[in-house]
Amino acid sequence: MKAPLIELSAIGHAFQGNRVLSDVSLTIKTGQIITLIGPNGAGKTTLVKIVLSLLKPDTGTVTRAPDLRVGYMPQKLHIDPTLPLTLRRFLSLAEPSLPLCLNALAEVGIEKLIDMPLQSLSGGEMQRALLARAILRKPNLLVLDEPVQGVDVIGQEGLYRLIGQLRDRLDCGVLMVSHDLHLVMSATDEVICLNQHVCCHGHPDQVSTNPAFIELFGSRTAPYTHHHDHSHDSEDNSRNGHSGGGHHD
Amino acid sequence: MIDVLLYALLAGLGVALVTGPLGAFIVWRRMAYFGDTLAHSSLLGVALALLMSINPTLSVIIVCLVLALILVVLQQQQNLASDTLLGILSHTSLAIGLVAISLMPSVKVDLLSLLFGDLLTVTAQDIVIIYSIGTASILLMVLLWRPLLSITIHEELARVEGIPVTAVRSAFMLIIALEIAIAMKVVGILLITSLLVIPAATARRFARTPEQMALLASLLGCIAVICGLSSSWFLDTPAGPSIVLCAGGLFLLSLIKKQ
Repeated sequence: MKAPLIELSAIGHAFQGNRVLSDVSLTIKTGQIITLIGPNGAGKTTLVKIVLSLLKPDTGTVTRAPDLRVGYMPQKLHIDPTLPLTLRRFLSLAEPSLPLCLNALAEVGIEKLIDMPLQSLSGGEMQRALLARAILRKPNLLVLDEPVQGVDVIGQEGLYRLIGQLRDRLDCGVLMVSHDLHLVMSATDEVICLNQHVCCHGHPDQVSTNPAFIELFGSRTAPYTHHHDHSHDSEDNSRNGHSGGGHHD
Repeated sequence: MIDVLLYALLAGLGVALVTGPLGAFIVWRRMAYFGDTLAHSSLLGVALALLMSINPTLSVIIVCLVLALILVVLQQQQNLASDTLLGILSHTSLAIGLVAISLMPSVKVDLLSLLFGDLLTVTAQDIVIIYSIGTASILLMVLLWRPLLSITIHEELARVEGIPVTAVRSAFMLIIALEIAIAMKVVGILLITSLLVIPAATARRFARTPEQMALLASLLGCIAVICGLSSSWFLDTPAGPSIVLCAGGLFLLSLIKKQ
């Protein structure tokens, strides 16, 4: 058994009295791809921020491996059009060595674009550029926030395949956030279905047959739908001191 | 007589050199209104300096920094949109400054020169202040160039990559405050932002890297200072507004270039 890269246990967090996460536990090990999935407002971004040390949780503990190096791929970049920035310059902010930057670009398959202005890249190219910047840090944990956002379906498949290859080549753990269910299923070792609390988790095949999961997302064969049997009305939560329960399967 | 022109030129060039790179960041980070708000508060700084007989440059820097701090705290509350908040503080602080100065009948203050600059009364001591503060600002910007660019692109990514974001942002606020304190004499409180924004926006059309844009903005600022001063000298136009007008003219000229 490999030692965990990061271990979160019984994490709880609230923003100004609005409970976002309660009793969430999560362990990421080397070589493992874990996907967080859940509806908007489920606390995915908050959990990612806690993993990245951008946010200190109200309750619970986070244990990081001493040699943990995180490569982070944010959801989206908003670069002002007045900033003249080529892909080369963008990468050089993380790693000044050009050969290393070229290597990273080759890994994600966009080395030809090195002198393009960042603002002219397509959605898929941009995601690959962000991925290149993340792997430049030689991470042993990759954290990818909605890595296929703004990418067409064929491109999405390619990106998930690439993430799997990077996991093997870099021998790192991967935590990714996704809205999309079907494509993620084949690209992940473990799915954590989050709706402020962990609804269910496990191997994609197990999870997809879990009643809690089906309740939240519909069955695997059905088109991706998004209905909810329970809401986590924040007002209600704060009033009752109720934490992420209300779930009935 | 030639001393006056030389001092004015030196002061103008010193300020324009700093506004290039600083203005580029103001434009990239969409902080023009923020800069304007801090600039407006400098009138309050002058009033305080007169009231307490302290150094006006120091007083302006301190007031700008305090206002920047208040802004950061208020922005975190997020009850009001950022531009509404800036609008409130910008004009309130300008008004406090105007009222405070009017309440001091014992001191004679040339309000017009505070608002629109008074480049032709620059003294040797002013030049020393402008160049020492200007050099410190440029050094700070060179040192912080990479982290500043990183947080401009994506603050959280920068934080994950180990950049001390809060410290870098605070240093950036300090540079803005320093620049406002020295630019006041040149173009006046109301026109400082134009000297930051216009040369940078003009430079954007020709630059291919962030560094090119910053250096070109400095150069364009210097050209505007030279042209504006010449106009002031030969046509007897007010120096500060003439400099801004020249910067604006250069921007219009740059529009000829096809993107």
